[in-house]
Amino acid sequence: MALRNKPQWELLAEPDLSKVPVEEHEYDAIIVGGGMAACGAAWEIGKWMPAGSKVCLVDKAALERSGAVAQGLSAINTYIGENTPSDYVRMVRNDLMGIVREDLIFDLGRHVDDSVHHFEEWGLPIWKQKGDEGKKLTEGGKPVRTGKWQIMINGESYKCIVAEAAKAALEEMGYDLHERVFIVKLLLDANKENTIAGAVGFSVRENKVMLYKTKAMIVACGGAVNIFRPRSTDEGKGRAWYPVWNAGSTYAMAMQVGAEMTMMENRFTPSRFKDGYGPVGAWFLLFKATVTNGAGEHYVKSDKAKAELDKYAPYGHAAVTPTCLRNHLMLFEMKEGRGPIFMDTAAALKAFLDEKKASGMDDKQLKRYWKELESEAWEDFLDMSVGQAGLWASMNIEPEKVGSEIMPTEPYMLGSHSGCCGIWVSGPNEDWVPDDYKWGYNRMTTVNGLFTAGDGVGASGHKFSSGSHSEGRIAAKAMARYVRDNADFTPTPAQSADELKAELYKPVVTYYENYKKTTDEMVNPNYIKPRHMMERLMKYTDEYGGGWSPYYMTNGHLLEIVMKHLQMLREDAEKMAASGLHELLRAWENLHRIWTVEDHLRHIQFREESRYPGFYYRGDFPQCDDKDFDEGGWKCFVNSKYDPKSGEWTCMKKKCHKIIAD
Amino acid sequence: MPSFVNPEKCDGCKGGEKTACMYICPNDLMVLNPDEMRAYNQEPDQCWECYSCVKICPQGAIEVRHYADLAPMGGYVQPMRGTDSIMWTVKFRNGNMKRFKFPIRTTAEGSIKPYEGKPSPDASALDNELLFTETAGGRPECKPSDFD
Repeated sequence: MALRNKPQWELLAEPDLSKVPVEEHEYDAIIVGGGMAACGAAWEIGKWMPAGSKVCLVDKAALERSGAVAQGLSAINTYIGENTPSDYVRMVRNDLMGIVREDLIFDLGRHVDDSVHHFEEWGLPIWKQKGDEGKKLTEGGKPVRTGKWQIMINGESYKCIVAEAAKAALEEMGYDLHERVFIVKLLLDANKENTIAGAVGFSVRENKVMLYKTKAMIVACGGAVNIFRPRSTDEGKGRAWYPVWNAGSTYAMAMQVGAEMTMMENRFTPSRFKDGYGPVGAWFLLFKATVTNGAGEHYVKSDKAKAELDKYAPYGHAAVTPTCLRNHLMLFEMKEGRGPIFMDTAAALKAFLDEKKASGMDDKQLKRYWKELESEAWEDFLDMSVGQAGLWASMNIEPEKVGSEIMPTEPYMLGSHSGCCGIWVSGPNEDWVPDDYKWGYNRMTTVNGLFTAGDGVGASGHKFSSGSHSEGRIAAKAMARYVRDNADFTPTPAQSADELKAELYKPVVTYYENYKKTTDEMVNPNYIKPRHMMERLMKYTDEYGGGWSPYYMTNGHLLEIVMKHLQMLREDAEKMAASGLHELLRAWENLHRIWTVEDHLRHIQFREESRYPGFYYRGDFPQCDDKDFDEGGWKCFVNSKYDPKSGEWTCMKKKCHKIIAD
Repeated sequence: MPSFVNPEKCDGCKGGEKTACMYICPNDLMVLNPDEMRAYNQEPDQCWECYSCVKICPQGAIEVRHYADLAPMGGYVQPMRGTDSIMWTVKFRNGNMKRFKFPIRTTAEGSIKPYEGKPSPDASALDNELLFTETAGGRPECKPSDFD
């Protein structure tokens, strides 16, 4: 057998940099990312850019199946419909423990339905109530609502449909689409202070660096996954709840050019079907299932649970308990020794059948009804979390016969689902928006010309797929306005093409200089493999930063230790080694992960309270303090900023305005 | 191993311009070995089991063996994706089978005309907050005070 000191990848990376070309492009605007937000931007932008503009969408994957909606969805979680944008703000504000950007949420609420209507027009099947089948939403067709905001869909091809529209729009406008190009770094302008001038990345299909000069850009490449130790122990770490390819690139690249971040202490640790991480929303909302503890008790109604919620008033007393507090109650049960937590799927389905039986359905009708119900239950998984269906099949679980365990996952960072970390952006330029929330261009970050959407925008969660699409559209229009207003600007990146190529390909050079120095390329004291960087990151964030193994608990002492580990990990990242293009992708993704988590933990360190009990706790500051910023309290944003010149990080408090009354 | 490739069915997409699985995988996992003309998953523990490769494979050569660290052997979920619907076969460890069929889209693939029949707003409209398909008045222009 050959010694294992050989490159292991199919597509090898080229260490002789004279053989790696730099392809330079100049655009008026680029869109970095390929998910729902980027697709929304791609569609909207064509109608607003000045005639003759050059635009490109750059995606590290293939648009048809990139982003969080790649495998489909079984519901659209944000459709305002008969509700109001103000009610939408109230819901999001309460779920996210009071600290949100109400301007951004309200703005999203007034635009989101238009995206949903177009999804349906393009071909997405949306469930309708009986009697309204075949009637579109715009024709008054009533959707099947599972909750106040959610509507059910047959969403296996949701992303394919939305991507097809985006692609067709780009093509019609004569704009470019670059797939399989991973943007790893944004570039500031050499002449104009705090202004974006471009981005650089590489092809994951051939040895080629891609350098983009551009007047403006939207960066929307999702949240961050595989940043905390997963509950799985081996190949199951691919079964992350959020897409495993979301590497924090949006956050890391923005903070590296000095964009102000907000609420990066927020994280999301969803409670999902254990191990398969299948969705629970339909089971709670559509099938009205209840959760019990190991003893079969409906623990959320217990006096002990009420006492726990009392600690976190007023949020704990709201009609709908915030997601983090629902987790808190679950963790409380488990820590008290009353686990596991069960979703009683069998009782829920039986209740439906009993109700039909009582209403006089005969056996034949009942059988047909059961077939429909069973099909709906399985579709919920097959549309968006096939791995969960596989796990049930592997475990012989039939939901009508037996319940399934529910478990809070490892933490994730995102801004579009029930989380709200992200970048601090301008709101709409309207009178009702407070002055400190707006600086001219909607969804522009604090860096001139740098826009974001979806998971990128902080302090405004609960956008989900539809809201991310709409937000991409909002950002695209504002970006077109920025380009019009800055027509004379000639972007001039501060670094040369050769400098950038050397930086991007450094892991390749490091690998080929050293790989023969041992007999196994995975064990070599001269470099660190991307896989090992990720594993070390996940171990330390878990143990010290409040991962699942210490029940999401951390404190100031633990955070000091993890900061030292992160510092050394960042130093070691200088010695990342990659032999193939795929491994080079992983190297840069993991660098983005480290930056993202570092900012996350800096925010947790700065905020001396536990704002999201159930997502994380500070043992030294266990309370959730609702005293306002003006009175010196923590009911305020925590923002952070990395200074690209000095390399220093600062955290600060920012006032949170209540725009919509209770 | 999450997704795996049956070597008897995979033909490497006949050396065409694009190997379907390699083209579609959102995580850059599927790759073609040109010597063997077979594709494989180059990093199975980063597979989301999203089934994009399984659904797109023209030979039906790709399946999923569920995560070894979570799932007992024998469970199996396999789709057949058509142009307007998808058929799923779910086989349990104990041999039980279930089949489901769901619609996936109501229009023909490739038929979307994103700008056809849509407004082309005047350049001056760039300064308001309306998206290009939205019309003035009504919800897209509402303010919080409208709901006081």
